[in-house]
This record gives sequence, structure tokens and C-alpha cells, in this order.
Amino acid sequence: MEVDQLQRSFVEYSRLLFHEGFLDGQFSQLQLLQDESNPDFVLEVVSLFFEDSERLLNDLTIALDQQNVEFKKIDAHVHQLKGSSSSIGAQRVKNVCIAFRNLCDEQNAEGCLRCLQQVKQEYLLVKTKLEALLRERHDKRVVHDLNCGFIFQLEQQIVAAGGAIPMLNEFC
Amino acid sequence: MDLGVKPVSFTSSSASWKSADGVSDQFPAGLRVLVVDDDPTCLRILEKMLKNCLYEVTTCNRAEVALKFLRDNKNGYDIVISDVHMPDMDGFKLLEHVGLEMDLPVIMMSADDSKNVVMKGVTHGACDYLIKPVRMEALKNIWQHVVRKKKHEWKEKDFEQSGSVDEVERQQKPPEDVDYSSSANEGNWKNSKKRKDEEDEAEERDDSSTLKKPRVVWSVELHQQFVTAVNQLGIDKAVPKKILELMNVPGLTRENVASHLQKYRLYLRRLSGVSQHQNGLGSSFMGPPDAPFGPMSSLSGVDLQALAASGQLPPQSLATIQAAALGRATTKSAIPVPLVDQRNIFSFENPKLRFVDGQQQQNINSKQVSLLHGIPTNMDSKQLATLHQSAQSFGSMSMHVHSQASQSNSLLTQMVQPPSRAQILNEINGSHALNLPSSAGQPVLSQAVPNAVLGRSGIENVRGPVFTSVSSPLQL
Repeated sequence: MEVDQLQRSFVEYSRLLFHEGFLDGQFSQLQLLQDESNPDFVLEVVSLFFEDSERLLNDLTIALDQQNVEFKKIDAHVHQLKGSSSSIGAQRVKNVCIAFRNLCDEQNAEGCLRCLQQVKQEYLLVKTKLEALLRERHDKRVVHDLNCGFIFQLEQQIVAAGGAIPMLNEFC
Repeated sequence: MDLGVKPVSFTSSSASWKSADGVSDQFPAGLRVLVVDDDPTCLRILEKMLKNCLYEVTTCNRAEVALKFLRDNKNGYDIVISDVHMPDMDGFKLLEHVGLEMDLPVIMMSADDSKNVVMKGVTHGACDYLIKPVRMEALKNIWQHVVRKKKHEWKEKDFEQSGSVDEVERQQKPPEDVDYSSSANEGNWKNSKKRKDEEDEAEERDDSSTLKKPRVVWSVELHQQFVTAVNQLGIDKAVPKKILELMNVPGLTRENVASHLQKYRLYLRRLSGVSQHQNGLGSSFMGPPDAPFGPMSSLSGVDLQALAASGQLPPQSLATIQAAALGRATTKSAIPVPLVDQRNIFSFENPKLRFVDGQQQQNINSKQVSLLHGIPTNMDSKQLATLHQSAQSFGSMSMHVHSQASQSNSLLTQMVQPPSRAQILNEINGSHALNLPSSAGQPVLSQAVPNAVLGRSGIENVRGPVFTSVSSPLQL
């Protein structure tokens, strides 16, 4: 494949993620931060995000499962999740967190439960997408998922053809 | 910011900075930043961003650990960036600690962008507040806070310690039009005269001032002692050496007192509105916008001055104020609500001359609080309450100063023009005995004219805490 073709496909796929709202401009910032001295930066940060989020989601589940729901505590967790998701550019997760905090303010336990489900869903979605986007850099195995495999191959081929993996600018 | 000080000072200060902190001339590269955030994702991202800015980054995810780093290495950091919401310690508490113990610029950050939280950052003395997600552009410029703070500190040292004889002489040159600098110059003038025989000391200071000195923490008690001493000495005679003697605090040096005195004066200048251009203190306290000022929110000593300065203060008003001044009581302000936006205080745009209202007292007190907040004493706003007492005794000082001022007439135009104020002062002083016993408090004048007085270029006498006058309640 031609390098530019590959690059275009890569860009298109990433753009897709942006357009679908999974990722926002902040993610581009992270990509820009990656350089030779920190070649795995994005992967590192994303992994931290996964770890932290899963812990928070867990805490949230437990907190909302209590007899007496402590909204202050829940709000603190959600605030934290909002912070990290916004830092990484996980836009949809962040948006749900905003709604979640409002429900906490209203002390709406049921609403919070629903929101928790929603945030979990969004989290899993973005996690899948991100893993797809990144995994292949270090894991050379062929991935079944067309998207994943496609991206992986794209990157490989771009580099092999002597091109650079395009960095995305702001799409927002 | 132009403080009217000759560029030389700054040059020398940055040169000193180089030797003092070992920061090379690739500044701001190498700026030493301490980042505190319990969110590992954000922490990592910030670290990378800061490194990309060529800063030297230290990270930690707990406030306690951060404090330990700072305490163990007092001069090892230039600036601190801290998250607001942290599990082990509130970010604002950390901010207070850093301000009190290390006096470093602190930037707060949070995903929370609600107004009251940002306001809290301001009132606690944060020099900036960043909303997450933090972008590179926001971090690139944090060095300005370091420079601003250092520049301010160096200016103080230059004034009081005169790093070199040359600088002293330079500052002795004819006062400039800018009141701030001229007053400072004159103040310095007197100081330097007394220091003729201390030139050697000055040179030593020059050397030592380039070295890192342990910072003195101006606690509430210490500041009160300072204020008492200045009060006792009288504005005319409040020189660092004597203040030091009066305070009799072991371990406190004349330099410490001198620089604190300078800060104090700067604070007073700010009150007068002259030092609007001087914003380097980095901790302008502002109260919540909906602070309970009451209907008289516009009323305060400062406003009076503003009015007076703007020429809107009719003679009868002055008389009224004067009368009120006599009857004024020493009050305790209710404090803890620093309400006024300092910019507003000095904007002189407030045309409401409602000083005849008794509520003014409350406002004034409140204003006092906010004004007091401006004092870089590293104090929490709540602690300022205790200062009010001592602050009030200063009223007399200002009176003295004013009376001694020789002033021309057309003062009523702007604050920045000393002459007008003098007139007001004269008018006010006219029927008032100027022997203000310290207990009295010359509220009106003090309040009505602090700006005028302070703004006057010839106010060499105003060494002391004229600001207190502002704190005196104005009862009408």
C-alpha cells in the first residue's frame, strides 16, 4: 500500500473515534506529548487511566450499594473520574460524569444508579477503542477485530513504507 | 508591572537570582516545579507536559508527602502546582501551609470550575487556578508567577537593604512622579542616611542577599509585635533597627524587619490606590461577590478617599466625616469576610458618597478585613481579625503624617496627585487636633484620606501602618 493511503486510513479511523465523540482534543494533546524519549507515553497514560477508572467504578458500585448512600463520597469519586477522563480525552465518559454529579447534588439515589450503569458502559466502550488504537504498537499478534487489525496493520505498513504515523490535530 | 523602580534593580535582581537559585540564563528552562495530584493519570500527563516545557518536575500524589519534600528542601522548588480535591488533605490547606512556611507561588487546579471554588483559590492566595484538563499552553507560562514573586521580593530587598551602595544612591535620586516609588525612595533615603556607617554591612548584605536565607515566617503574633512596635515608635521614627529593638525577637534580623516593613508599606500603598500597578504580592484577597456588605457596600474609608480624590467630596462632607471621626469608636470588625475586590476599591469609579450612613462602620470593618488581607503577612484571612486591634491604633499615625504634609491645593483630582489630597487633609485637619492619641483613631481622616496621604509623593513620614486608619470604623 502507498504510504499516504495508509496514513489516510489511519487518520480516517482515528477521526472516526473523534467524530463519534469517544475522544476529544485532549487525546490529541497526549499524542503530541509522545516522543522518542517517551515512546510509550500514550500507552502508559491510558493504562493508568484504565486502572484508576476501574478502581473508581468499583468504589462507586460499593458506595451506591449501601443502605445509607453517602452522596458526598460518591460525588468525590465521580469528580475524580471526571478529572481523569477529561485529562485523557475520554469525552463521553466525562459527559456522563457531569450528569452524574448533578444527580449527586440532588441526592437522587436511583438516578445515580442509572448513571453509574451508563458511565460503566461508556467506559467499556472507550476502553475497547483505546486498546484497539494502542495495543498493536507492542503486541504484534494479529487481531480478529477488523478495526483493531486494520489499525495495527496500517501503522506497521506506514512505518515500513518509511512514513510517519500521522499525528492528529484538533478535531473539535 | 511598573513600580517606578529603575530597570537596574530588576537587572541586578535577575542576576542575583541566577546566583541565588542556580537558575541558568535559559530561564524559564529548569524551573523547579512540584506537582501534587492524587489522580495518577493527570499526574503523569502533567509531568510530561512540564518536562516538555523543559521544567524540572517532581511529582507526588499526597499532600503530606509534598510538604515533606518542601520542608526537607526549603529552597529546592520554585513553584507548586496542586490539585484541589485530594483525599489526605484539602488542596487549600496545602496552599496555606506552603504560603506560610515556604512562601512559594502555588497554582491550584481542578476539574471543578465552579465560581466559588475558584474564588476560594484566590482568597487563599493561590497565584493562579487552572481548570482540568490542563493544556500545555497553560503550563508554559507558569514561570511568570515565579518571576513576579521574586521580583517583588527583590524590590523590597533593594529598597531596604540596598544590595549595593550604588543602588542606594540611585534610589536617592529625585523622586519620580509615581508616588509609590518616590515614597519608597524617600523612605529609603532616610534609611540609607542612617546606614552611612553601615555601608560595610550593606555590602555584606549584598553578598548574603544573593545567598539563600532562611525565610522568616511572619506569624500573626510576630506581625502584631511588629505593628505594635511601629505604632510605638511613630511613623516618623519607625525604622527597621528600632522596630527590631522594640520587638526584641531572638533570631530576627534587621533585614527581616526591613523587608517586612517594605511589604507593609506596599500594602499601604495599595490601599491608597497608587500601587494599582503593583500587583506582585500575588495574594490579593477577594471576598465572595455576594459578601454581606450591606447597602453601604460602597461606603468605606477607601471610597471616601476615592470620592475625595475625585473631587466629589464636598467640604461639608468632610466636616461631617470629621465630626464622625471624633465620635468614632474603636471597633472590632466582624471580619472574616473579605468582600471587596481590591480593584474596585481603587477604581475610584464609585460615585456614591453615602458615608453618612452608620452602616459604614460595618463596611469599613469589612473593608479593613479585605485590605488587611492584602498584607503579605502570610496570614489566613481569619487570622486577620486579631490584627484589627493593633491596626486601629495606627489611625493616629496617619493623621500625624498628613498634618505634616505640606500640600498644595488642587488635590481633588486624582489619587495619584498628591496635591489634591493635601488639601483635603488640610481641610480635614483644620478643625481637628492632630494630636491623635493612639487610642483614638482618626477614622474619618484616616479613612477618608489614606489614599490621599499615601498617595502623596511627599509622604516620607508614612512609614507606619497607615492602613490601620482604614480599619478604623467610621461612625457617623
